Amino acid sequence: MSVRRSTVVFAWILLFPAVLYVTVIVAYPLVDTLILSFTDASLKKTTKWVGTANYDKIFNATFAEVIIRTFVWTAFSVAIKMIIGTFGAVMLNAAVPGRALFRVLTMPPWIVPMAIGIFMWGWMYNGQFGMISGMLQNWGLVDGPVAFLAHGSTAFWATIITDVWIGVPMVTLYMLASMQAIPQDLYEAAWTDGAGRFYRFRRITLPLLVPAMITMSMLSLIATFNSFDIIWILTQGGPNGDTTTMIIDTYRTAIGSKKYGEGAARAVLICIFLSIFCIVYFRVTHRLASGESR
Amino acid sequence: MSQPAMINRYRWYELVGIYAGIFVFLAFILAPFVEGFSVSLKPLGLLFSSPYRFWPENGSFEAYRTMWVSVPGFARYIFNSFFISTIVTAVVLVLVVPSAYAFARFQFRGSGALLAAFLAVNMFSGAVLLIPLFRLMRSMGVLNTYFAMIVPGVAFLIPSAIWLLRTYMMRIPRELDEAAFVDGASHFYTLRRVILPIAMPGITVVAITTFIGSYAQQFIFALTFNSKTEYMPLPIGLYAYFGRQEVIWNELMAASFVGIAPAVILIFLMQRYLVAGLTAGAVKQ
Repeated sequence: MSVRRSTVVFAWILLFPAVLYVTVIVAYPLVDTLILSFTDASLKKTTKWVGTANYDKIFNATFAEVIIRTFVWTAFSVAIKMIIGTFGAVMLNAAVPGRALFRVLTMPPWIVPMAIGIFMWGWMYNGQFGMISGMLQNWGLVDGPVAFLAHGSTAFWATIITDVWIGVPMVTLYMLASMQAIPQDLYEAAWTDGAGRFYRFRRITLPLLVPAMITMSMLSLIATFNSFDIIWILTQGGPNGDTTTMIIDTYRTAIGSKKYGEGAARAVLICIFLSIFCIVYFRVTHRLASGESR
Repeated sequence: MSQPAMINRYRWYELVGIYAGIFVFLAFILAPFVEGFSVSLKPLGLLFSSPYRFWPENGSFEAYRTMWVSVPGFARYIFNSFFISTIVTAVVLVLVVPSAYAFARFQFRGSGALLAAFLAVNMFSGAVLLIPLFRLMRSMGVLNTYFAMIVPGVAFLIPSAIWLLRTYMMRIPRELDEAAFVDGASHFYTLRRVILPIAMPGITVVAITTFIGSYAQQFIFALTFNSKTEYMPLPIGLYAYFGRQEVIWNELMAASFVGIAPAVILIFLMQRYLVAGLTAGAVKQ
Protein backbone atom coordinates (compact mmCIF):
# COMPACT_ATOMS: atom_id res chain seq x y z
CA MET A 1 0.00 0.00 0.00
CA SER A 2 1.48 3.29 -1.00
CA VAL A 3 1.18 5.97 1.57
CA ARG A 4 -0.16 9.21 0.25
CA ARG A 5 1.70 12.35 1.09
CA SER A 6 -1.38 14.01 2.56
CA THR A 7 -1.70 11.06 4.94
CA VAL A 8 1.86 11.43 6.14
CA VAL A 9 1.36 15.16 6.63
CA PHE A 10 -1.80 14.47 8.61
CA ALA A 11 0.00 11.92 10.78
CA TRP A 12 2.71 14.44 11.58
CA ILE A 13 0.15 17.10 12.43
CA LEU A 14 -1.39 14.67 14.91
CA LEU A 15 1.97 13.79 16.39
CA PHE A 16 3.39 17.30 16.50
CA PRO A 17 2.04 18.51 19.88
CA ALA A 18 3.16 15.44 21.82
CA VAL A 19 6.54 15.32 20.06
CA LEU A 20 7.13 19.00 20.75
CA TYR A 21 6.16 18.62 24.41
CA VAL A 22 8.39 15.63 25.06
CA THR A 23 11.25 17.27 23.17
CA VAL A 24 11.14 20.37 25.36
CA ILE A 25 10.54 18.64 28.70
CA VAL A 26 12.57 15.43 28.28
CA ALA A 27 14.91 15.49 25.27
CA TYR A 28 16.21 19.02 25.83
CA PRO A 29 16.93 18.38 29.54
CA LEU A 30 18.81 15.21 28.56
CA VAL A 31 21.07 17.22 26.27
CA ASP A 32 21.32 19.99 28.84
CA THR A 33 22.44 17.46 31.47
CA LEU A 34 25.23 16.33 29.19
CA ILE A 35 26.36 19.92 28.54
CA LEU A 36 26.14 20.91 32.20
CA SER A 37 28.25 17.93 33.19
CA PHE A 38 31.27 19.59 31.55
CA THR A 39 30.77 22.88 33.40
CA ASP A 40 31.03 24.09 36.96
CA ALA A 41 27.41 25.26 37.00
CA SER A 42 26.11 26.18 40.44
CA LEU A 43 24.19 29.05 42.02
CA LYS A 44 26.86 31.44 40.71
CA LYS A 45 25.88 33.72 37.84
CA THR A 46 28.69 32.57 35.58
CA THR A 47 29.63 29.08 34.55
CA LYS A 48 32.73 27.96 32.79
CA TRP A 49 33.88 24.83 31.02
CA VAL A 50 35.86 22.52 33.20
CA GLY A 51 36.40 19.70 30.73
CA THR A 52 36.14 16.31 32.36
CA ALA A 53 36.90 17.58 35.87
CA ASN A 54 33.45 16.55 37.15
CA TYR A 55 33.94 13.06 35.83
CA ASP A 56 37.44 12.85 37.33
CA LYS A 57 35.93 13.78 40.67
CA ILE A 58 33.30 11.04 40.69
CA PHE A 59 35.60 8.21 39.70
CA ASN A 60 36.86 7.47 43.16
CA ALA A 61 36.46 4.74 45.71
CA THR A 62 33.34 6.20 47.37
CA PHE A 63 31.52 6.50 44.11
CA ALA A 64 32.43 3.00 43.00
CA GLU A 65 30.82 1.93 46.26
CA VAL A 66 27.67 3.87 45.41
CA ILE A 67 27.48 2.19 42.00
CA ILE A 68 27.93 -1.28 43.45
CA ARG A 69 25.41 -0.54 46.19
CA THR A 70 22.89 0.65 43.59
CA PHE A 71 23.24 -2.54 41.61
CA VAL A 72 23.02 -4.81 44.65
CA TRP A 73 20.01 -2.89 45.98
CA THR A 74 18.28 -3.03 42.59
CA ALA A 75 19.08 -6.70 41.98
CA PHE A 76 17.68 -7.84 45.34
CA SER A 77 14.63 -5.64 45.02
CA VAL A 78 13.78 -6.85 41.51
CA ALA A 79 14.37 -10.51 42.39
CA ILE A 80 12.17 -10.36 45.51
CA LYS A 81 9.48 -8.41 43.63
CA MET A 82 9.40 -11.04 40.91
CA ILE A 83 9.24 -13.94 43.36
CA ILE A 84 6.52 -12.47 45.60
CA GLY A 85 4.63 -10.95 42.68
CA THR A 86 4.58 -14.18 40.66
CA PHE A 87 3.65 -16.17 43.76
CA GLY A 88 0.70 -13.82 44.34
CA ALA A 89 -0.36 -14.10 40.71
CA VAL A 90 -0.32 -17.91 40.81
CA MET A 91 -2.42 -17.89 43.98
CA LEU A 92 -4.88 -15.33 42.65
CA ASN A 93 -5.21 -17.20 39.36
CA ALA A 94 -6.81 -20.14 41.18
CA ALA A 95 -10.54 -20.37 40.55
CA VAL A 96 -11.59 -20.01 44.17
CA PRO A 97 -14.48 -17.98 45.61
CA GLY A 98 -13.50 -14.41 46.46
CA ARG A 99 -10.70 -14.06 43.98
CA ALA A 100 -12.18 -10.93 42.38
CA LEU A 101 -12.03 -9.20 45.76
CA PHE A 102 -8.50 -10.51 46.45
CA ARG A 103 -7.31 -9.08 43.16
CA VAL A 104 -8.63 -5.63 44.03
CA LEU A 105 -6.96 -5.89 47.43
CA THR A 106 -3.52 -6.28 45.84
CA MET A 107 -3.73 -2.85 44.24
CA PRO A 108 -3.55 -0.31 47.11
CA PRO A 109 0.26 -0.01 47.39
CA TRP A 110 0.38 0.91 43.74
CA ILE A 111 -2.52 3.28 43.69
CA VAL A 112 -2.25 5.34 46.85
CA PRO A 113 0.29 8.14 46.76
CA MET A 114 3.70 6.51 47.25
CA ALA A 115 4.65 8.89 50.02
CA ILE A 116 1.74 7.74 52.19
CA GLY A 117 2.68 4.07 51.95
CA ILE A 118 6.26 5.01 52.75
CA PHE A 119 5.23 6.99 55.85
CA MET A 120 3.39 3.90 57.08
CA TRP A 121 6.47 1.75 56.60
CA GLY A 122 8.54 4.41 58.32
CA TRP A 123 6.37 4.06 61.41
CA MET A 124 6.47 0.24 61.27
CA TYR A 125 10.28 0.36 61.18
CA ASN A 126 10.38 2.64 64.22
CA GLY A 127 12.62 1.02 66.82
CA GLN A 128 10.97 1.84 70.11
CA PHE A 129 7.31 1.90 69.19
CA GLY A 130 7.06 0.41 65.70
CA MET A 131 5.11 -2.70 64.79
CA ILE A 132 7.92 -4.89 63.46
CA SER A 133 10.34 -4.33 66.30
CA GLY A 134 7.47 -4.58 68.78
CA MET A 135 6.14 -7.85 67.37
CA LEU A 136 9.61 -9.37 67.26
CA GLN A 137 10.12 -8.42 70.91
CA ASN A 138 6.70 -9.72 71.94
CA TRP A 139 7.47 -13.03 70.30
CA GLY A 140 10.88 -13.09 71.98
CA LEU A 141 12.80 -13.16 68.72
CA VAL A 142 14.93 -10.12 69.60
CA ASP A 143 16.03 -8.89 72.99
CA GLY A 144 15.71 -5.14 72.73
CA PRO A 145 14.22 -2.62 70.33
CA VAL A 146 15.61 -2.75 66.77
CA ALA A 147 15.70 0.65 65.07
CA PHE A 148 15.68 -0.66 61.52
CA LEU A 149 16.43 2.66 59.86
CA ALA A 150 19.26 3.61 62.22
CA HIS A 151 21.74 0.90 61.24
CA GLY A 152 23.29 0.50 57.83
CA SER A 153 22.54 -3.12 57.11
CA THR A 154 18.96 -3.13 58.43
CA ALA A 155 18.20 0.18 56.71
CA PHE A 156 19.47 -1.29 53.44
CA TRP A 157 17.01 -4.21 53.71
CA ALA A 158 14.22 -2.06 55.09
CA THR A 159 14.31 0.20 52.03
CA ILE A 160 14.39 -2.84 49.75
CA ILE A 161 11.32 -4.37 51.42
CA THR A 162 9.38 -1.13 51.06
CA ASP A 163 10.40 -0.89 47.39
CA VAL A 164 9.28 -4.50 46.90
CA TRP A 165 5.96 -3.72 48.56
CA ILE A 166 5.29 -0.84 46.15
CA GLY A 167 6.41 -2.85 43.11
CA VAL A 168 4.62 -6.14 43.79
CA PRO A 169 1.09 -5.17 42.64
CA MET A 170 2.37 -4.27 39.18
CA VAL A 171 4.17 -7.62 38.88
CA THR A 172 1.19 -9.58 40.19
CA LEU A 173 -1.36 -7.96 37.90
CA TYR A 174 0.92 -8.27 34.89
CA MET A 175 1.70 -11.93 35.53
CA LEU A 176 -1.97 -12.58 36.20
CA ALA A 177 -2.93 -11.07 32.86
CA SER A 178 -0.22 -13.13 31.14
CA MET A 179 -1.49 -16.31 32.80
CA GLN A 180 -5.01 -15.63 31.64
CA ALA A 181 -3.75 -15.14 28.11
CA ILE A 182 -2.60 -18.79 28.05
CA PRO A 183 -5.13 -20.71 25.91
CA GLN A 184 -7.50 -22.66 28.14
CA ASP A 185 -7.64 -25.65 25.76
CA LEU A 186 -4.00 -26.46 26.55
CA TYR A 187 -5.04 -27.16 30.14
CA GLU A 188 -8.13 -29.04 29.05
CA ALA A 189 -6.14 -31.23 26.66
CA ALA A 190 -3.58 -32.02 29.38
CA TRP A 191 -6.36 -32.62 31.89
CA THR A 192 -8.09 -35.04 29.51
CA ASP A 193 -4.80 -36.90 29.24
CA GLY A 194 -4.78 -37.22 33.01
CA ALA A 195 -2.18 -34.59 33.90
CA GLY A 196 -2.45 -33.45 37.51
CA ARG A 197 -2.68 -29.83 38.61
CA PHE A 198 0.93 -29.47 39.61
CA TYR A 199 2.12 -31.20 36.45
CA ARG A 200 -0.01 -28.85 34.33
CA PHE A 201 1.43 -25.88 36.21
CA ARG A 202 5.00 -27.03 35.74
CA ARG A 203 4.70 -28.07 32.11
CA ILE A 204 2.24 -25.52 30.71
CA THR A 205 2.00 -22.42 32.92
CA LEU A 206 5.64 -21.98 33.87
CA PRO A 207 7.21 -22.38 30.42
CA LEU A 208 4.61 -20.11 28.81
CA LEU A 209 5.17 -17.47 31.48
CA VAL A 210 8.91 -17.15 30.89
CA PRO A 211 8.61 -14.41 28.23
CA ALA A 212 6.32 -12.36 30.48
CA MET A 213 8.71 -12.87 33.39
CA ILE A 214 11.66 -11.62 31.36
CA THR A 215 9.73 -8.59 30.12
CA MET A 216 8.47 -7.74 33.61
CA SER A 217 11.92 -8.16 35.17
CA MET A 218 13.38 -5.71 32.67
CA LEU A 219 10.62 -3.15 33.23
CA SER A 220 10.98 -3.60 36.96
CA LEU A 221 14.75 -3.25 36.74
CA ILE A 222 14.44 0.10 35.02
CA ALA A 223 11.81 1.37 37.47
CA THR A 224 13.78 0.19 40.49
CA PHE A 225 17.02 1.72 39.26
CA ASN A 226 15.14 5.04 39.18
CA SER A 227 13.68 4.60 42.65
CA PHE A 228 13.91 7.82 44.62
CA ASP A 229 10.94 8.50 46.91
CA ILE A 230 11.33 5.43 49.11
CA ILE A 231 14.93 5.93 50.14
CA TRP A 232 14.55 9.69 50.34
CA ILE A 233 11.59 9.57 52.71
CA LEU A 234 12.86 6.69 54.85
CA THR A 235 16.58 7.46 55.26
CA GLN A 236 17.62 10.25 52.86
CA GLY A 237 20.47 7.92 51.94
CA GLY A 238 21.70 7.42 55.50
CA PRO A 239 22.86 6.19 57.95
CA ASN A 240 26.42 6.96 56.90
CA GLY A 241 25.41 6.74 53.27
CA ASP A 242 24.54 3.06 53.58
CA THR A 243 21.38 3.47 51.52
CA THR A 244 22.78 6.07 49.11
CA THR A 245 22.05 4.88 45.59
CA MET A 246 23.09 6.75 42.45
CA ILE A 247 19.79 8.65 42.23
CA ILE A 248 19.99 9.73 45.87
CA ASP A 249 23.63 10.69 45.45
CA THR A 250 22.81 12.77 42.38
CA TYR A 251 19.95 14.50 44.16
CA ARG A 252 22.13 15.35 47.16
CA THR A 253 24.91 16.72 44.99
CA ALA A 254 22.73 18.68 42.62
CA ILE A 255 19.76 19.87 44.66
CA GLY A 256 21.18 19.55 48.18
CA SER A 257 24.63 21.05 47.61
CA LYS A 258 23.62 23.05 44.50
CA LYS A 259 26.58 21.65 42.55
CA TYR A 260 24.68 21.39 39.26
CA GLY A 261 27.72 20.52 37.18
CA GLU A 262 28.89 17.68 39.39
CA GLY A 263 25.33 16.44 39.81
CA ALA A 264 24.86 16.46 36.04
CA ALA A 265 27.95 14.28 35.56
CA ARG A 266 26.43 11.75 37.97
CA ALA A 267 23.08 11.95 36.17
CA VAL A 268 24.83 11.29 32.84
CA LEU A 269 26.26 8.11 34.31
CA ILE A 270 22.77 7.01 35.39
CA CYS A 271 21.48 7.78 31.90
CA ILE A 272 24.21 5.62 30.38
CA PHE A 273 23.23 2.67 32.57
CA LEU A 274 19.54 3.24 31.84
CA SER A 275 20.21 3.42 28.09
CA ILE A 276 22.00 0.08 28.27
CA PHE A 277 19.03 -1.46 30.13
CA CYS A 278 16.70 0.14 27.61
CA ILE A 279 18.57 -1.29 24.60
CA VAL A 280 18.67 -4.74 26.20
CA TYR A 281 14.94 -4.44 26.92
CA PHE A 282 14.07 -3.59 23.32
CA ARG A 283 16.33 -6.34 22.00
CA VAL A 284 14.85 -8.94 24.34
CA THR A 285 11.20 -8.02 23.76
CA HIS A 286 11.84 -7.89 20.01
CA ARG A 287 13.38 -11.35 20.07
CA LEU A 288 10.56 -12.70 22.23
CA ALA A 289 7.98 -11.24 19.84
CA SER A 290 9.63 -12.65 16.71
CA GLY A 291 10.12 -15.99 18.45
CA GLU A 292 6.40 -16.19 19.16
CA SER A 293 5.30 -15.52 15.61
CA ARG A 294 7.61 -18.13 14.15
CA MET B 1 -15.43 -17.84 31.02
CA SER B 2 -16.75 -21.27 30.14
CA GLN B 3 -14.45 -23.84 31.64
CA PRO B 4 -15.45 -27.38 32.35
CA ALA B 5 -16.28 -27.42 36.03
CA MET B 6 -14.30 -30.55 36.74
CA ILE B 7 -10.91 -29.14 35.84
CA ASN B 8 -11.23 -26.47 38.52
CA ARG B 9 -12.47 -28.70 41.29
CA TYR B 10 -9.97 -28.49 44.13
CA ARG B 11 -9.34 -31.05 46.81
CA TRP B 12 -9.68 -29.76 50.34
CA TYR B 13 -5.94 -29.59 50.97
CA GLU B 14 -5.44 -27.70 47.72
CA LEU B 15 -8.04 -25.17 48.82
CA VAL B 16 -6.38 -24.79 52.21
CA GLY B 17 -3.02 -24.27 50.50
CA ILE B 18 -4.39 -21.66 48.09
CA TYR B 19 -6.22 -19.69 50.77
CA ALA B 20 -3.18 -19.84 53.04
CA GLY B 21 -1.02 -18.55 50.17
CA ILE B 22 -3.45 -15.75 49.41
CA PHE B 23 -3.62 -14.84 53.09
CA VAL B 24 0.16 -14.58 53.45
CA PHE B 25 0.42 -12.57 50.24
CA LEU B 26 -2.37 -10.15 51.16
CA ALA B 27 -1.04 -9.85 54.71
CA PHE B 28 2.20 -8.45 53.29
CA ILE B 29 0.32 -6.11 50.94
CA LEU B 30 -2.18 -4.84 53.50
CA ALA B 31 -0.19 -4.88 56.75
CA PRO B 32 0.92 -1.23 56.49
CA PHE B 33 -2.67 -0.10 55.92
CA VAL B 34 -4.01 -2.17 58.81
CA GLU B 35 -1.28 -0.90 61.12
CA GLY B 36 -1.72 2.65 59.81
CA PHE B 37 -5.44 2.52 60.53
CA SER B 38 -4.82 1.14 64.01
CA VAL B 39 -2.33 3.96 64.62
CA SER B 40 -4.86 6.56 63.52
CA LEU B 41 -7.23 5.33 66.26
CA LYS B 42 -4.71 5.36 69.10
CA PRO B 43 -4.08 8.34 71.34
CA LEU B 44 -0.49 9.61 71.13
CA GLY B 45 0.25 8.45 74.69
CA LEU B 46 -0.56 4.84 73.79
CA LEU B 47 1.46 5.10 70.58
CA PHE B 48 4.60 6.18 72.40
CA SER B 49 4.57 3.39 74.94
CA SER B 50 6.14 -0.01 75.14
CA PRO B 51 5.62 -2.89 74.94
CA TYR B 52 4.00 -2.73 71.54
CA ARG B 53 0.25 -3.43 71.42
CA PHE B 54 -1.52 -3.79 68.12
CA TRP B 55 -5.11 -3.29 69.26
CA PRO B 56 -6.05 0.34 69.84
CA GLU B 57 -7.33 0.18 73.42
CA ASN B 58 -9.53 3.19 74.16
CA GLY B 59 -9.27 3.88 70.45
CA SER B 60 -11.27 6.72 69.01
CA PHE B 61 -11.66 8.72 65.86
CA GLU B 62 -10.40 11.77 67.73
CA ALA B 63 -7.37 12.12 65.41
CA TYR B 64 -9.70 12.44 62.42
CA ARG B 65 -11.09 15.57 64.05
CA THR B 66 -7.91 17.10 65.46
CA MET B 67 -5.98 16.65 62.19
CA TRP B 68 -8.02 19.49 60.66
CA VAL B 69 -7.22 21.69 63.65
CA SER B 70 -3.46 21.10 63.84
CA VAL B 71 -2.99 21.53 60.08
CA PRO B 72 -5.69 23.94 58.97
CA GLY B 73 -4.43 23.89 55.38
CA PHE B 74 -4.98 20.19 54.93
CA ALA B 75 -8.12 20.49 52.81
CA ARG B 76 -6.11 22.75 50.55
CA TYR B 77 -3.48 20.02 50.04
CA ILE B 78 -6.13 17.53 48.95
CA PHE B 79 -7.60 20.12 46.64
CA ASN B 80 -4.14 20.83 45.21
CA SER B 81 -3.54 17.14 44.53
CA PHE B 82 -6.88 16.87 42.75
CA PHE B 83 -6.37 20.08 40.86
CA ILE B 84 -2.89 19.15 39.65
CA SER B 85 -3.97 15.63 38.66
CA THR B 86 -7.03 16.92 36.81
CA ILE B 87 -5.06 19.44 34.76
CA VAL B 88 -2.31 16.88 34.09
CA THR B 89 -4.90 14.36 32.89
CA ALA B 90 -6.58 16.90 30.62
CA VAL B 91 -3.28 17.99 29.04
CA VAL B 92 -2.12 14.38 28.60
CA LEU B 93 -5.38 13.48 26.84
CA VAL B 94 -5.18 16.45 24.48
CA LEU B 95 -1.63 15.47 23.51
CA VAL B 96 -2.06 11.73 23.48
CA VAL B 97 -5.35 11.09 21.67
CA PRO B 98 -4.17 12.41 18.29
CA SER B 99 -0.72 10.83 18.54
CA ALA B 100 -2.08 7.45 19.61
CA TYR B 101 -4.36 7.54 16.57
CA ALA B 102 -1.43 8.43 14.32
CA PHE B 103 0.65 5.57 15.72
CA ALA B 104 -2.25 3.12 15.47
CA ARG B 105 -3.20 3.93 11.89
CA PHE B 106 -0.36 5.39 9.85
CA GLN B 107 2.89 3.70 9.03
CA PHE B 108 5.38 6.09 7.58
CA ARG B 109 9.13 6.35 7.54
CA GLY B 110 10.35 6.80 11.08
CA SER B 111 7.07 6.01 12.82
CA GLY B 112 8.47 2.89 14.48
CA ALA B 113 11.56 4.71 15.70
CA LEU B 114 9.43 7.60 16.98
CA LEU B 115 7.23 5.23 18.97
CA ALA B 116 10.33 3.59 20.45
CA ALA B 117 11.64 7.04 21.35
CA PHE B 118 8.41 7.81 23.19
CA LEU B 119 8.64 4.56 25.10
CA ALA B 120 12.26 5.28 25.97
CA VAL B 121 11.07 8.39 27.84
CA ASN B 122 9.52 5.96 30.31
CA MET B 123 12.98 4.74 31.19
CA PHE B 124 14.09 8.08 32.59
CA SER B 125 12.44 9.17 35.76
CA GLY B 126 12.08 12.80 36.59
CA ALA B 127 14.75 12.33 39.25
CA VAL B 128 17.52 11.92 36.67
CA LEU B 129 16.55 15.09 34.83
CA LEU B 130 15.91 17.27 37.86
CA ILE B 131 18.81 19.67 37.34
CA PRO B 132 17.97 20.81 33.81
CA LEU B 133 14.24 20.66 34.61
CA PHE B 134 14.88 22.95 37.57
CA ARG B 135 16.74 25.41 35.33
CA LEU B 136 14.04 25.12 32.68
CA MET B 137 11.26 25.82 35.20
CA ARG B 138 13.27 28.74 36.58
CA SER B 139 13.81 30.29 33.16
CA MET B 140 10.13 29.80 32.32
CA GLY B 141 9.42 31.59 35.60
CA VAL B 142 7.06 28.90 36.89
CA LEU B 143 8.98 27.76 39.98
CA ASN B 144 6.70 27.77 43.04
CA THR B 145 3.50 27.67 40.98
CA TYR B 146 1.13 24.86 40.05
CA PHE B 147 2.78 24.74 36.63
CA ALA B 148 6.09 23.62 38.14
CA MET B 149 4.38 20.38 39.12
CA ILE B 150 2.03 20.09 36.14
CA VAL B 151 4.47 20.67 33.28
CA PRO B 152 7.03 17.94 34.11
CA GLY B 153 4.30 15.63 35.43
CA VAL B 154 2.60 15.57 32.04
CA ALA B 155 5.76 14.64 30.14
CA PHE B 156 6.41 11.48 32.09
CA LEU B 157 2.82 10.24 31.82
CA ILE B 158 2.62 10.68 28.04
CA PRO B 159 4.51 7.51 26.99
CA SER B 160 2.40 4.90 28.76
CA ALA B 161 -0.78 6.76 27.83
CA ILE B 162 0.20 6.67 24.14
CA TRP B 163 1.07 2.98 24.37
CA LEU B 164 -2.22 2.11 26.09
CA LEU B 165 -4.43 4.09 23.74
CA ARG B 166 -2.59 2.95 20.63
CA THR B 167 -3.18 -0.68 21.60
CA TYR B 168 -6.87 0.11 22.06
CA MET B 169 -7.22 2.00 18.78
CA MET B 170 -5.49 -0.74 16.80
CA ARG B 171 -8.44 -2.97 17.64
CA ILE B 172 -10.91 -0.59 15.99
CA PRO B 173 -11.56 -2.04 12.50
CA ARG B 174 -9.72 -0.17 9.81
CA GLU B 175 -12.73 -0.54 7.51
CA LEU B 176 -14.51 2.16 9.50
CA ASP B 177 -11.93 4.80 8.59
CA GLU B 178 -11.81 3.62 5.02
CA ALA B 179 -15.58 3.71 4.63
CA ALA B 180 -15.68 7.26 5.96
CA PHE B 181 -12.79 8.18 3.71
CA VAL B 182 -14.50 6.73 0.62
CA ASP B 183 -17.59 8.71 1.46
CA GLY B 184 -15.46 11.82 1.16
CA ALA B 185 -14.84 12.57 4.82
CA SER B 186 -11.57 14.31 5.63
CA HIS B 187 -8.97 12.70 7.89
CA PHE B 188 -9.83 15.12 10.63
CA TYR B 189 -13.55 14.53 10.30
CA THR B 190 -12.97 10.76 10.42
CA LEU B 191 -10.97 11.07 13.62
CA ARG B 192 -13.48 13.33 15.30
CA ARG B 193 -16.74 11.75 14.21
CA VAL B 194 -15.86 8.09 13.65
CA ILE B 195 -12.87 7.14 15.80
CA LEU B 196 -13.30 9.30 18.90
CA PRO B 197 -16.78 8.03 19.80
CA ILE B 198 -15.73 4.39 19.40
CA ALA B 199 -12.48 4.93 21.31
CA MET B 200 -14.26 6.55 24.27
CA PRO B 201 -13.96 3.51 26.60
CA GLY B 202 -10.23 3.31 25.86
CA ILE B 203 -9.85 7.04 26.44
CA THR B 204 -11.67 6.65 29.75
CA VAL B 205 -9.22 3.97 30.87
CA VAL B 206 -6.29 6.17 29.89
CA ALA B 207 -7.82 9.11 31.74
CA ILE B 208 -8.26 7.05 34.91
CA THR B 209 -4.77 5.54 34.87
CA THR B 210 -3.22 8.92 34.09
CA PHE B 211 -5.14 10.56 36.92
CA ILE B 212 -4.09 7.88 39.39
CA GLY B 213 -0.51 7.96 38.13
CA SER B 214 -0.42 11.68 38.64
CA TYR B 215 -2.10 11.48 42.04
CA ALA B 216 0.35 8.84 43.23
CA GLN B 217 3.55 10.37 41.90
CA GLN B 218 3.59 13.99 42.86
CA PHE B 219 6.41 13.75 45.32
CA ILE B 220 9.67 14.67 43.66
CA PHE B 221 8.55 17.61 41.50
CA ALA B 222 6.62 19.08 44.39
CA LEU B 223 9.60 18.56 46.69
CA THR B 224 12.03 20.27 44.35
CA PHE B 225 10.11 22.82 42.29
CA ASN B 226 7.68 24.25 44.80
CA SER B 227 8.19 25.71 48.23
CA LYS B 228 4.91 27.62 48.58
CA THR B 229 2.65 26.07 51.20
CA GLU B 230 -0.52 27.05 49.36
CA TYR B 231 0.41 24.99 46.28
CA MET B 232 1.66 21.86 48.05
CA PRO B 233 0.02 18.59 47.06
CA LEU B 234 -0.96 15.93 49.58
CA PRO B 235 2.32 13.92 49.79
CA ILE B 236 4.35 17.01 50.69
CA GLY B 237 1.56 18.55 52.72
CA LEU B 238 1.62 15.56 55.06
CA TYR B 239 5.02 16.72 56.25
CA ALA B 240 3.11 19.38 58.16
CA TYR B 241 2.40 16.69 60.78
CA PHE B 242 6.14 16.28 61.37
CA GLY B 243 6.51 18.57 64.35
CA ARG B 244 9.81 19.93 65.70
CA GLN B 245 10.01 17.40 68.52
CA GLU B 246 8.06 14.44 67.29
CA VAL B 247 5.82 13.30 64.48
CA ILE B 248 2.12 13.41 65.35
CA TRP B 249 1.68 9.90 64.04
CA ASN B 250 -1.98 9.35 64.76
CA GLU B 251 -2.98 12.53 62.96
CA LEU B 252 -0.52 11.81 60.13
CA MET B 253 -2.13 8.41 59.58
CA ALA B 254 -5.65 9.79 59.90
CA ALA B 255 -4.78 12.47 57.36
CA SER B 256 -3.23 9.84 55.08
CA PHE B 257 -6.46 7.84 55.08
CA VAL B 258 -8.53 10.93 54.42
CA GLY B 259 -6.17 11.70 51.55
CA ILE B 260 -6.30 8.16 50.20
CA ALA B 261 -10.10 7.94 50.40
CA PRO B 262 -10.76 9.53 46.99
CA ALA B 263 -8.32 7.14 45.30
CA VAL B 264 -9.80 4.12 47.07
CA ILE B 265 -13.33 5.10 46.06
CA LEU B 266 -12.08 5.45 42.49
CA ILE B 267 -10.54 1.96 42.61
CA PHE B 268 -13.75 0.35 43.73
CA LEU B 269 -15.86 2.21 41.21
CA MET B 270 -13.49 1.62 38.34
CA GLN B 271 -11.83 -1.68 39.20
CA ARG B 272 -12.99 -3.41 36.03
CA TYR B 273 -11.49 -0.72 33.83
CA LEU B 274 -8.41 -0.54 36.00
CA VAL B 275 -7.23 -4.12 35.81
CA ALA B 276 -7.85 -4.12 32.08
CA GLY B 277 -6.25 -0.73 31.62
CA LEU B 278 -3.17 -1.14 33.75
CA THR B 279 -2.19 -4.41 32.15
CA ALA B 280 -3.53 -4.09 28.61
CA GLY B 281 -0.71 -1.84 27.50
CA ALA B 282 1.87 -4.30 28.66
CA VAL B 283 0.42 -7.58 27.41
CA LYS B 284 0.60 -8.25 23.71
CA GLN B 285 -2.76 -8.39 22.02
